[in-house]
Amino acid sequence: MRMAARSLGRGHPTLRAVGVSTPAGAPAATLKADATTGRPAGGGGRRDQLGSLLFLAPAAIWLLAITIYPVVVTFRNSVFDETATSYVGLHNYQVIFSDASILVTFRNNLIWVVIFPFVVTFLGLTFAVLTERIRWSTAFKTIIFMPIVFSATASALIWRTIFDLDPHIGMVNAAVQTASDWVNPPGLYPVDTSAGQTAAAFASTGLSPGASGALQSSSTAAAGDTVQLGLIGVNVGTLQVVGAQTAVPPSPSSGAISGLVYRDFSPSHPTDRGQLFPDTDGLPGMLLTLLRSDGSSAGTATTDQHGDFRFGNVGTGSYRVQLDARNFRSGFTGIFWLGGQSVTPTSHLSQTAQALLSVPLVDLAMIIAYLWMWAGFAMVVIGAGLTSLNRELLEAGRVDGATEAQIFRRITMPLLAPVLVVVLVTMIINVLKIFDVILNMAPGSSQGDASTLALAMFNEGFTGGIHSGLASAIAVILFLLVIPAMVANLRRIRG
Amino acid sequence: MSAAPTAIAPSAQATRRGFLGLRLSRSVLDIILAVVAIFWLVPTIGLTIISLRPERFFQQSGWWTVLAAPAQLTFQNYTTLFSQGLVAGGVLDSLTTSLAITIPATLLVAIISTLAAYSLVFGRWRGRDAVFLAVVALLVVPVQVALIPVVQLYQAFGSVTGFNPFGTILGIIIFHVAFGLPFGIFLMRNFLIGIPTDLLEAGRIDGAGQWTLFQRVVLPLSLPAAMSLTIFQFIWVWNDLLVALVFLGSNVHHPLTIFLYSFTRTLAANYWIISTGAMISILIPLIVFFSLQRYFVQGVLAGAVK
Repeated sequence: MRMAARSLGRGHPTLRAVGVSTPAGAPAATLKADATTGRPAGGGGRRDQLGSLLFLAPAAIWLLAITIYPVVVTFRNSVFDETATSYVGLHNYQVIFSDASILVTFRNNLIWVVIFPFVVTFLGLTFAVLTERIRWSTAFKTIIFMPIVFSATASALIWRTIFDLDPHIGMVNAAVQTASDWVNPPGLYPVDTSAGQTAAAFASTGLSPGASGALQSSSTAAAGDTVQLGLIGVNVGTLQVVGAQTAVPPSPSSGAISGLVYRDFSPSHPTDRGQLFPDTDGLPGMLLTLLRSDGSSAGTATTDQHGDFRFGNVGTGSYRVQLDARNFRSGFTGIFWLGGQSVTPTSHLSQTAQALLSVPLVDLAMIIAYLWMWAGFAMVVIGAGLTSLNRELLEAGRVDGATEAQIFRRITMPLLAPVLVVVLVTMIINVLKIFDVILNMAPGSSQGDASTLALAMFNEGFTGGIHSGLASAIAVILFLLVIPAMVANLRRIRG
Repeated sequence: MSAAPTAIAPSAQATRRGFLGLRLSRSVLDIILAVVAIFWLVPTIGLTIISLRPERFFQQSGWWTVLAAPAQLTFQNYTTLFSQGLVAGGVLDSLTTSLAITIPATLLVAIISTLAAYSLVFGRWRGRDAVFLAVVALLVVPVQVALIPVVQLYQAFGSVTGFNPFGTILGIIIFHVAFGLPFGIFLMRNFLIGIPTDLLEAGRIDGAGQWTLFQRVVLPLSLPAAMSLTIFQFIWVWNDLLVALVFLGSNVHHPLTIFLYSFTRTLAANYWIISTGAMISILIPLIVFFSLQRYFVQGVLAGAVK
């Protein structure tokens, strides 16, 4: 933490001393500075000239052979077939703009570019401004910044489990489950909603479907009667959870309706229904309501460990016993955050329009993971910009009686704008090329929905050998997309 | 003179109000930022705990339940992985492959960039500014535009000389160096331009050759910047997956990123390997980060264009 204090703390003294180009626009980074230092633009002895060119030679050869020449070849390859031997004109580009699976990558790149750079810049700005006011800013900055040294692969795999469908693995679904179960507690005997099951599937002996997901006794009972209600399809795991014990037949008592709720399945007599055997289990914890003939409640009860229940002080008339719907309410089973389902309603659109206009949920989950990875970068760069602001201007604003909000909006923000632009541009370039996160975080089932240009380029070019044409055309498009950023950089450097 | 008190009064009042306002909001801020910080730490803590829990617990209960059962934590996953030794494709083999790629690729970039930056700043030839602008333009070129041609180039080289760098560690190093150079030259050039020319002129008058000037004057002065570059490049190459998949995807020896990726198809069954491997893969960048953070931050700030 000692080193951290020196580097992430305020001031960045070393930064200016080193003369590293700060995004706040340290003059050393521009060509203007070159002119003003008055370095000789040329001349000198021939031998001297040759000598200094030798220093440049390794870099020049390397860049010409492995960067510049390949760029040219890629442009050429993009109008050739996949073995790069015969000319096909613009065929590869036609394929790109007509193949739905590739068009989807443009949509995803667009989603990333529209959302991510702005949100990450906003987060970075917020953190940078807020940390200026706390005493433990160094610790805070270190925590936020740390994920930047993790590989996108490792980070994506961390987040893939965080968003896992199973609440026993995925933290997000575990949190949603906790909240959801708190609002809507699941019953002891939940139905399997994913299989389209309802409580009616449990009815076996003496039971029929009741109102809104409940079950009720098929026949009516009066005071002094006993009722036996058998349920089928209760699994063994549930029996263990509820601590079921052997069913005990109910004994009648006057003025009361007593009864038994039992599992209508005996392992020793697997085909017999409606009978109690020594290995028949009672179903404990079942929430019951005694219903009058008009459907109103005349009392409630809960079954004991043996499945027995008793409604006392029952008046005259006929009643039915209801097994409440909440016994069968199923718990939260998880949201598939990493799925390709769209968060925008598109089902009424044509298939092509759907592909182009839907926003798959997995994109948003990945954007959250990527924010975790890059907010520290934005914060540090913007923070460096903040510290290099002219404090006198801020002071002048204060002396003139401006409020802190006014100072921030009228002085800080305009001065900071160039830094914010640098962060935005850097992040736009970054997400245009996004690859590892998609490959590692989107599961196989939704990877096609989440694919980006960089991933499509890889899949087209390097699946089952090298296929040049289509992949080269995608690479060219990717290159053209970063050209505006390149121009912006050149403008900035030229000052 | 009579105007002075009225001019000062509102500002003093504003300061006091601002100060009190700050003090009030500070405790609220502390709480908000503490919550943010905890949120930010959770993924890393989760990964650490998953890697320290025996395999069977992964699908049984969430890693956070370990807070109630700390006895679950063991180094079992690590010892299992390490006991495999240097088997091809294993975690130790991937670790050494990662190092074998990253160290040369990083050092070469640092050396070649410093040489080139020297030439761009102190060299006496025309067109230095144009070359520098070309370097700046190359900063944002996506690796995708070079992958296929370089593979073709390697294969052509192989058919002529008998040595095909495609699929070899040398091949991937050459590629990484090419894509590290623009940033390296950019960073070093912007640093060297701050060195006063007088320092070199004095040496020149004394009759020192260019190599001597570079070695004796420029190199020692440029070490801090070279350090930033080295760290930045190290982490860049260490964390790469795309270039590794293209150039070493079919090789049995591959870096840690491919090691992790290779288990994603059977994620749930192998998450104990993934979490442990991921911890091993982030350990070295983390050490670099905490010990040399100052240099790393400088590299990041300079690299805000990559």
